[in-house]
Amino acid sequence: MPDDKKMILQASNISIVFGGLRAVSDFSCELYKNELVGLIGPNGAGKTTVFNMLSGIYSPTEGQISFWDKNDTLSIVNKKTPAQLNRLGVARTFQNIRLFGQMTVSDNVRVAIHSRRTATPVDVLFRTSRFRRDEKMMTEQVEELLSLFKIISKKDELAKNLPYGEQRKLEIVRAIAANPELLLLDEPAAGMNPQETVELMNLISFIRQKFNLTILLIEHDMRLVMGICERILVLDYGRIIAQGKPDEIRSNPQVIKAYLGQEAVDA
Amino acid sequence: MKNKVLRNMLIPGCIAAAAVIIPGILIGCSVIDAYTAQILTLGGINAIMALSVNIICGITGQLSLGQAGFMAIGAYSTVLLSSTFSLPLPVSIVIAGIITAFFGFLIGFPTLKLEGDYLAIVTLGFGEIIRVILVNLKQYTGGPNGKQFPTLLTLNPAAAYITIIGMLAVLVILIQNFIRSTYGRAILAVREDEIAANSSGISVFRYKMIGFVIASFVAGVGGALYAPFIGFIKPDMASFTKSIDYLIYVVLGGMGSTTGSILASFVLTSLQEFLRFLQNYRLLFYPVILMLVMQFRPQGLLGTKEFSFVKTWDGIPGLIKKIRNRKDSSTDTEGKNA
Repeated sequence: MPDDKKMILQASNISIVFGGLRAVSDFSCELYKNELVGLIGPNGAGKTTVFNMLSGIYSPTEGQISFWDKNDTLSIVNKKTPAQLNRLGVARTFQNIRLFGQMTVSDNVRVAIHSRRTATPVDVLFRTSRFRRDEKMMTEQVEELLSLFKIISKKDELAKNLPYGEQRKLEIVRAIAANPELLLLDEPAAGMNPQETVELMNLISFIRQKFNLTILLIEHDMRLVMGICERILVLDYGRIIAQGKPDEIRSNPQVIKAYLGQEAVDA
Repeated sequence: MKNKVLRNMLIPGCIAAAAVIIPGILIGCSVIDAYTAQILTLGGINAIMALSVNIICGITGQLSLGQAGFMAIGAYSTVLLSSTFSLPLPVSIVIAGIITAFFGFLIGFPTLKLEGDYLAIVTLGFGEIIRVILVNLKQYTGGPNGKQFPTLLTLNPAAAYITIIGMLAVLVILIQNFIRSTYGRAILAVREDEIAANSSGISVFRYKMIGFVIASFVAGVGGALYAPFIGFIKPDMASFTKSIDYLIYVVLGGMGSTTGSILASFVLTSLQEFLRFLQNYRLLFYPVILMLVMQFRPQGLLGTKEFSFVKTWDGIPGLIKKIRNRKDSSTDTEGKNA
């Protein structure tokens, strides 16, 4: 782990209890600036629950999450709402794509940058010049992003009419539009064919460089995870059972046991 | 670019002005009789109410069954402000809208944390509370007998038409401006997916509240115009059946479509009158139309689409060209056949 790098997120011993079920217990991790980390584990291990805690959808029952924003200010984000976290610099995508289906592609991205407006409700009601300047600024930013991701030609289509791969892409664009520090990708390659997965791998590396992002991703596609992640966390039954470089994880007996059973380790 | 902005404002503006002034003059010259004028103006009031319901149901994505309650607050506030405090009518209409918006804010606090059916039940209860309070607060409201409130608008159909349809036009323009802005898009995003909206930096509760308060304001203005126009108000205007009527306009016109809701309110309001020759059987037509529309066009007449005057205007040259081409090609084939 690079010591010289700036830490941006630290989760210490976070747990969450739903009724009698301890979905995640004593999860701890540190994320450093511009790192690409994978979170893997068998189905039901609690990966998405961890994401939901890091992005503010759930509030952990125990433990503490600290986040350092762009200005290097430390915030304790346990009780923050997703909206507040987004403004601090945490953006995410969802396992089952959650786009604003009845809105156009460009409006989907515009929503993510709505907080950059300067117009007041009065400006909006009477379409003053300040409102038009805002809209122009937003249109420019949105179109720049959409052309970067090569979906500019679809900007006026309804998001629900996009093909599956582009919907995934649009979700990433929407997350990036908020200019985050930390990007959480929940199974970005789910439902993609091998070729699309390769394109996605390139895309993820590209956005990390281009936007100087830290990325934490959940993924089942081992080729993708092993291919691009610098560090991997393995979760099983709500606990971290291993972490380290892809090679270490691949040969870790506990990981093999979690995925394939005890016999696989013995064999 | 500048010209386009201007043009996009001028086309709807001119059409709105025409829709207000031309029939207004015709009513003034008695070309349109007072009875028809009354129906059109009532259609305008209903359209304002449909606008209000559409903001909640179509745009914010919540379900309210108590809009008539807000309308009654607006109506009674106007009457009280004008008769008790003798404020001029336009001032009391605006204040009535603000009072209603404030009630919307109060109701919104506990209720907007609820979703779907729960919000519907709470707003339903709210409407009934308003009705019962109006019945029992005899000293101010006149109790179940209601209150007389004759004004210029009651007596002069042209003035009533111009005021009410003019107000409708102003509200439509302002609401459309609002929806097509960062605020409106944030509200739409909440309707589409609360979790995704929240994760995109939108405080869901705040934007739901904005939608709810605006809808209450519009309903209050609707009630505030209704009172001086009809000249008589009674607690029954807050009843549940009234709220359902307004909801029907929106469902039929297309939830989320402002133009659709307005169209449906005018059509259904006039239909009730034009079908009078069927006597009480006309009441059957209404549900039958509703059933047919829901069967064959469940998204409502316009769906979530808006009828755009600007686009229609832009479409005219293309349409003419198309018709001309068709003529040319048909003469061509005729030529070949010969």
